[in-house]
Amino acid sequence: MNITQILFWILSGAAVISAIMVVVSRNPIHSILWLIVVFFCISGHYILLNAQFLAIVNLIVYAGAIMVLFLFVIMLMNPNKTNAQQKSLWKKLVGVIAGGCFLLTWIPLIKQAPEIHNKVALLKDGNIGLIGNLGKVLFSDYLVPFEITSVLFLSAMVGAVVIGKKE
Amino acid sequence: MPIEYYIFLSLALFSIGIVGVLTRRNAIVVFMCIELMLNAVNLLLVAFSKMYYAMAVVNNSATTFGTDGQLFVFFIMVVAAAEVSVGLAIIVMMYRNTHSVDINFLNRLKN
Repeated sequence: MNITQILFWILSGAAVISAIMVVVSRNPIHSILWLIVVFFCISGHYILLNAQFLAIVNLIVYAGAIMVLFLFVIMLMNPNKTNAQQKSLWKKLVGVIAGGCFLLTWIPLIKQAPEIHNKVALLKDGNIGLIGNLGKVLFSDYLVPFEITSVLFLSAMVGAVVIGKKE
Repeated sequence: MPIEYYIFLSLALFSIGIVGVLTRRNAIVVFMCIELMLNAVNLLLVAFSKMYYAMAVVNNSATTFGTDGQLFVFFIMVVAAAEVSVGLAIIVMMYRNTHSVDINFLNRLKN
């Protein structure tokens, strides 16, 4: 067992445990902080897969921008006053059973799928995740979608302002 | 690393997200669980892109096979950022109207 595999298992365990903590935390601010830990673990996985550009973008966009936005909204709302009551235990049990059924449905399908039998994901080798290669493809083959996303951002910005402003 | 491990990890994260959406009542936590599900899918896309690269690099050492998967992840992140900004604006507006983010009180769209 070399160091890459050890890192893989540590990051996977940390990601799953923090994801569970996101769901079970009562305080929404704790949920946000645990979700940031999940994003750091997923960025670690990207670095292990040598997808360095996506690792940095994941940190900047998700852990940096989106989670700060969530924190601002939580702090604007003063969560101590709201959401005093929880769902009943019965409804929670039904939700957990539904999620577990989803998990159990997929496991045998994945185990017997012929397309992924004995396939490996290259960890350290390969430079397709580096910013040079991705930038070349992004600004040649994917130029039109890239420009359209700027329009999408503009419309999202206008929509957020229009929805959020007072009457 | 075998691709099954990545699939099982993503599946576990996605299922935890589903359980969170089904069991929590705070609208913001539900929204965060959706982000968790999006990230599980992103991780799976990157792992699959490296899997196809590993299949193509055997024949041609200078291949760029699998770049598309990582660019898809980039576009998913862009769309998720736009979605979060609009979604949080909607949640703030609902809080301003009902003084609650409990999704049980949000069972009707009008009034």
